Amino acid sequence: MNITKNIHEWLFSLMPETTASIVEMALIAVVYLGIFAVAGLYLVLLERRVAAWFQLRLGPNRVGWQGLLQTMADALKLVSKELTGTFKADKFLYNLAPYFVIVTALMAMSLFPFTKELHAFDINIGIFFLIAISSIGVIGILLAGWSSNNKFALIGAMRSGVQTISYELSVGLSLLTIVLMTGSLQLSQIVEVQKHGWLIVQGHIPALIAFCIYMIAGTAETNRAPFDLVEAESELGAGFHTEYSGMKFAYFFLAEFINMFIIASIATTVFFGAYLSPFGITESIPLLGVFWFLGKTLLLIFLMMWFRWTFPRLRIDQLLVLEWKYLLPLNLMNLLLMALMVLLGLTIQF
Amino acid sequence: MDTTPIINNFKSEEYQINMGPQHPATHGVLRLLLTIDGEIIKKVEPDLGYIHRSIEKMCERDSYQQIVHLTDRMDYLSSHINNEAVCLTVENALELEIPERVKVIRTIIAELTRIASHTLWWGVMGMDVGALTTYFYGFRDREMINDIFEETCGARLTMNYNIPGGLMFDIHPNFVKRTKEFIAHFKTKLPEYDLLLSNNIIFRKRMEGIGILTKEDAISFGASGPVGRASGYSCDVRKHHSYSAYDKVKFNEVLKTEGDTYARYQVRVLEMWESLSIIEQLIDNIPEGDFFAKTNAVIKLPEGEFYQKVETARGELGVYIVSTGTKNPYRMKFRSPGFSNLSLLNHIAVGGKIGDLVATMATLDLVIPDIDR
Repeated sequence: MNITKNIHEWLFSLMPETTASIVEMALIAVVYLGIFAVAGLYLVLLERRVAAWFQLRLGPNRVGWQGLLQTMADALKLVSKELTGTFKADKFLYNLAPYFVIVTALMAMSLFPFTKELHAFDINIGIFFLIAISSIGVIGILLAGWSSNNKFALIGAMRSGVQTISYELSVGLSLLTIVLMTGSLQLSQIVEVQKHGWLIVQGHIPALIAFCIYMIAGTAETNRAPFDLVEAESELGAGFHTEYSGMKFAYFFLAEFINMFIIASIATTVFFGAYLSPFGITESIPLLGVFWFLGKTLLLIFLMMWFRWTFPRLRIDQLLVLEWKYLLPLNLMNLLLMALMVLLGLTIQF
Repeated sequence: MDTTPIINNFKSEEYQINMGPQHPATHGVLRLLLTIDGEIIKKVEPDLGYIHRSIEKMCERDSYQQIVHLTDRMDYLSSHINNEAVCLTVENALELEIPERVKVIRTIIAELTRIASHTLWWGVMGMDVGALTTYFYGFRDREMINDIFEETCGARLTMNYNIPGGLMFDIHPNFVKRTKEFIAHFKTKLPEYDLLLSNNIIFRKRMEGIGILTKEDAISFGASGPVGRASGYSCDVRKHHSYSAYDKVKFNEVLKTEGDTYARYQVRVLEMWESLSIIEQLIDNIPEGDFFAKTNAVIKLPEGEFYQKVETARGELGVYIVSTGTKNPYRMKFRSPGFSNLSLLNHIAVGGKIGDLVATMATLDLVIPDIDR
């Protein structure tokens, strides 16, 4: 895009190359941080309005037009709150834990192609990087539960460990199924392939199965209902973040929403053609890619919210049975099916 | 083939955890001292007394008219039925002739209370297993009943309508109309309950086969109400020791034999249908007449011991009065359903997971002020 290009050239003319690229990276990071802090806040609002809609109530609609400033007000409150902690908590780990969660969430965000040009960080191991980064987040949750010196938090953290390790497999395998079709882990390459039809269409049956598995496992990885055993309000109070307050709690809270955004974004990129418009109707205006990307992502986020406000929570053993006895074998078979399909050239391409 | 037994080198350690007195699943100030091994429950010790108000002792101080204003604070979700129990005991002791109109209105009010209590339970039950939306569905329907009660007696939670001898006031002119509106509304909404929760696969898997209570255990623990009936123990006081106008209506005692959490869930949902049918049979046939029987301004019970039990939304509520012939009871004792139902929690929850305990406790439908009194 022109603006970014101009800034880029201006920066490089102003200072030596190394400094310029570092400054540029920092600038991009700040911009992304700002965007996703705001995105996280508005996803909270969206969640609350969607929940209200499902639950026969109005939801926040008083602060600002249609409650648009509600989460801003909430964030202000959280910033101004006292940071409390438990006596005998492992202070160092206790303070470190929220950053693990929020930093990994933000790191993953940098990879997504919002349009062809608006793509901050296009590495050749894109998908792999996303999976790897999202597994680090769980360390933060484990640390939080462990260091809080609270039994409820510890149970929550242990559940989280078990849950994330299990469902990571399904997320990875279902994405691998799609990678078989693209032959590349690079996100820009994956989008390029989809110019001949979104991958969910190209891969039809196995891709659809992979998408379903991905959505289930993705919901589980973000620890959202029906897989919210980590927080399990009625069982554990607040789970791993029971002892956190103020901004440190807000980090966990925001990370959940950003993670949800990440899961939906990966699905958009991998299954639904990222910024590509349906049937190429607006390909002439590249900037509209942002609209299509966000639109698809929000639809998937809505789907995840729909899950949350409809289903009861699973029990821990049922959670593991679902993954290890159903999703994983199905996923492996699906991978085989996709490999066969690609080998025999049965994919649909326009 | 020779098989060597697997030696478990990992020692698991039991630890104790306090569930409550401030915990979302205990619905009040109940404290459960759990001994758990990882996620498995080894022992549940309920610790009571956090909301003990010595209502029974306070009753000894009060006159019989005043006692009625205390009992609705026991099981606050069946306040009308609690009051009815006290009134019936006093009326039986006095051998008062109660007008038919009072009996019918009391029955309608009691069944409305039962539905209100069960809808609230249903909402909270869903919340306990993680389905938050049920809560609002339950409260939407309970709201209509609360409006009817507000119009009838002025209160929405701790309601006082029954007095020894009859009712405080006659029913509001809108009562019949609004009750009919509610019946029509609720008949369309009750199937939604099944759609949203009862037939949900996750919910079924969570509820079936856990917290099993056999019929023998139900009887020996003194379980009553839906908890007992889900185990196949026919214990409906309305059927077996009919009072008020229950002998005039046709209704089924909902019985299940599985005894698990899902059976207790089903019994309550089906009971709402039965309550609806009871109200439907009576609402058009409220007899004309007085809404109270004349009593003395100061009620003095004859010397002796009096006992009356009723079926509240939670089970059998017994009122036991020892009178020495004065205007106060010499001793008053309530047999509350929640207390006996809580006593079997350890028996049915051991061996399950924490999630199972929460689901099981939700189907016991505990109201803590009823247990502590």
